[in-house]
Amino acid sequence: MKKYFFQSLRLTLIMLVLLCVIYPLVVAFIARFSEGKGDGAAILENGKKIGYANIGQSFTRPEYFWGRPSSVGYNAAGSAGSNKGPSNADYLKEVNNRIDSLLKYNPGLKKNEIPADMVTASGSGLDPDISVAGARIQISRVAKARGISAEQLEELVDQATTPPFLNLFGPSRVNVLKLNRSLDNLSR
Amino acid sequence: MNTELLGIAATFLITLVIAIPLGKYLAKVFAGEKVWTDFLSPFENGIYKLSGINPREQMNWKQHMKAMLTINSVWLIYGFFVLLYQDKLPLNPDGNPGMSADLSFNTIISFVVNCNLQHYSGETGVSYLTQHFVLMFLHFTSAATGIASAIVVFKAFRDKTVTSLGNFWEFFVRSITRLLLPLSIIIALILAFSGTPASYKGKDQYVSLQGDTVNVSRGPAAQMIAIKHLGTNGGGWFGANSAHPLENPSYLTNMVEMIAQVIIPVAMVIAFGYFIRRKKLGWIIFGVMTAGLFLLLIPTISSELSGNPSIAKMGISQSTGAMEGKEVRFGPAASAYWSTVTTIISTGSVNSMHDSTMPLTGLWQMLAMMINSFYGGCGVGVLNYLIYLIIAVFISGLMVGRTPEFLGHKVEAREVKIAALITLLSPLLIMAGTALACFVYTDYGHADWAVKPASWLNNPGFHGFSEMLYEMTSSNANNGSGFEGLGDNNIFWNVSTGFVLILGRFLPIIGPVAIAGLLGQKKYIPESAGTLRTDTITFGIMTLAVILVLNALSYFPALALGPLAEYFSMLK
Repeated sequence: MKKYFFQSLRLTLIMLVLLCVIYPLVVAFIARFSEGKGDGAAILENGKKIGYANIGQSFTRPEYFWGRPSSVGYNAAGSAGSNKGPSNADYLKEVNNRIDSLLKYNPGLKKNEIPADMVTASGSGLDPDISVAGARIQISRVAKARGISAEQLEELVDQATTPPFLNLFGPSRVNVLKLNRSLDNLSR
Repeated sequence: MNTELLGIAATFLITLVIAIPLGKYLAKVFAGEKVWTDFLSPFENGIYKLSGINPREQMNWKQHMKAMLTINSVWLIYGFFVLLYQDKLPLNPDGNPGMSADLSFNTIISFVVNCNLQHYSGETGVSYLTQHFVLMFLHFTSAATGIASAIVVFKAFRDKTVTSLGNFWEFFVRSITRLLLPLSIIIALILAFSGTPASYKGKDQYVSLQGDTVNVSRGPAAQMIAIKHLGTNGGGWFGANSAHPLENPSYLTNMVEMIAQVIIPVAMVIAFGYFIRRKKLGWIIFGVMTAGLFLLLIPTISSELSGNPSIAKMGISQSTGAMEGKEVRFGPAASAYWSTVTTIISTGSVNSMHDSTMPLTGLWQMLAMMINSFYGGCGVGVLNYLIYLIIAVFISGLMVGRTPEFLGHKVEAREVKIAALITLLSPLLIMAGTALACFVYTDYGHADWAVKPASWLNNPGFHGFSEMLYEMTSSNANNGSGFEGLGDNNIFWNVSTGFVLILGRFLPIIGPVAIAGLLGQKKYIPESAGTLRTDTITFGIMTLAVILVLNALSYFPALALGPLAEYFSMLK
């Protein structure tokens, strides 16, 4: 027993050096050659940091495309889903309110056109994407708020759409930050 | 077929393409045969030398378990104090506080036992030092503990009559140097080049397009996320685990993480067959486990793709499926696939919030953890399966009136007793734990505790019960996922699940190793016409039936009160 104890102690120390010092430093070093230098992919505009490509932002003004509901308000210091169960009455009421507010701010929108992702909170609370349908239903509102033609906006949505991986696997999606940046650049 | 389903199919196929050769490779590594990674031998010899270990020293099954328990105790004590005092230690750029004693107790047990139940949130509850030097360290070592223990069992069945079963330290070190570490480097780099942070910089700040000032948590996460999947650990860097866009940035990384968590459990099964020179038995076990996977996967996908019936009634289009708690870049199909693999094997990482999945999905998730051996965790999956095998051998023996035998060794009262006790342990821990929680919730709801039991649950009714049942099930299975709405960072849950975790880990390792050790030292009886063959499809189906019957008998009442009741209440 005593023998095993000292062997355990020494093996633990060696493994700490190998697994917690050497391994992460090697990966961190190689990651410096990646796009974001291993710090996460930040987006700079005129030298100012305006966000991260992968992290969703809160958009509430009518002239921007909105992202999904978030249970942390897109505060990326933390992350969480709502953890609301599917039969929870309060939760279902909340979903109903979200539907009503989408209908209110997007005149001409019909209920059955609203995709589920626009009225449900994401898992992380930081989802950067919405579905293509989620972007389409907002076009008329944004067009009116910005005084841009709907056709032009449809083109922008197409450009901001990421197709399935290798065009084969997974869903298509629209990165909301990317779409809204291209909107801002258009107005400039 | 649509692109979402195609993505799952491709993920599963790539998993097999990697796992099957990996299994053959592992069989050779642990049998001491020549493999291409032998250039690492001098490096390993250095490790043995510095640790005062003689890798050629043979151990019997009891010595193996003593070595295993000793080193695990060292980690428990070391980690407990580092977590407790992390605020006074370096590498804490975000200035996070030290853990409370009960939270540290729960966290360290949870990571030592390869469970990774997290009652803290990664962004605020731990420092970079504890993330790496405690949690990621245990990601590697707990996985290696499981693999090394499984190899002891492999050894016992390889030769006719054996008592010396190799050296535990050698199995342990090789699991890391020949398997976990090299694959982790590859996976970590794929993640880092896809946008996951890997540097040691602290929180960042930016001003968003609308003018809000936002802080972003970061840190050397890619390294930890790689091994958290490979080692079937599941404890992530960020609170939202692999739903977080930095922890799992794209569909590609999602596929990589789903593949990474399944390859070793599958490879261990293949390795078992090759190692004991009974390939057919290995393939039959693989077949049963794969059948089990699909029995759980298909209804899960179908229940998620049909969406939430209550939201459908509001007139919303759920063309791709239920979206609450899910990320758009993965979609409901890949989230359903993930929720199945993370619960059949003991990973417990999530890419969607299980608390928000449909009632029947929750049922399949819990059942997967209750069975806990369709592939199963790193190493321990095979061990859990061995228990079911012994029970199946025993029952079949009774049915046909023959002395039960397994791989040329008589299965007698002692082995069957151990198997039966281990089988009964899971329902005991899960049911008694959940019952205790319900009792405290209902009878002492307003007890004068820091967190009142009445405020534990995030959802009312049947779903609230499911939250408690899931937590105990996940602890016993050493899974680590949760119905995270449960308010679990308080003394009741930290302490109760702490005990469930530790019993649910070490007894189901010691039991199968003891059975194998005892069987291995018995006289070898050559197979004859009268032998009950265990490497036939018939026996495979028999084992599957035993698994399903045992678990249905144990858990149906509890599942009926939680997810089933919720399902039927939503139909009306």
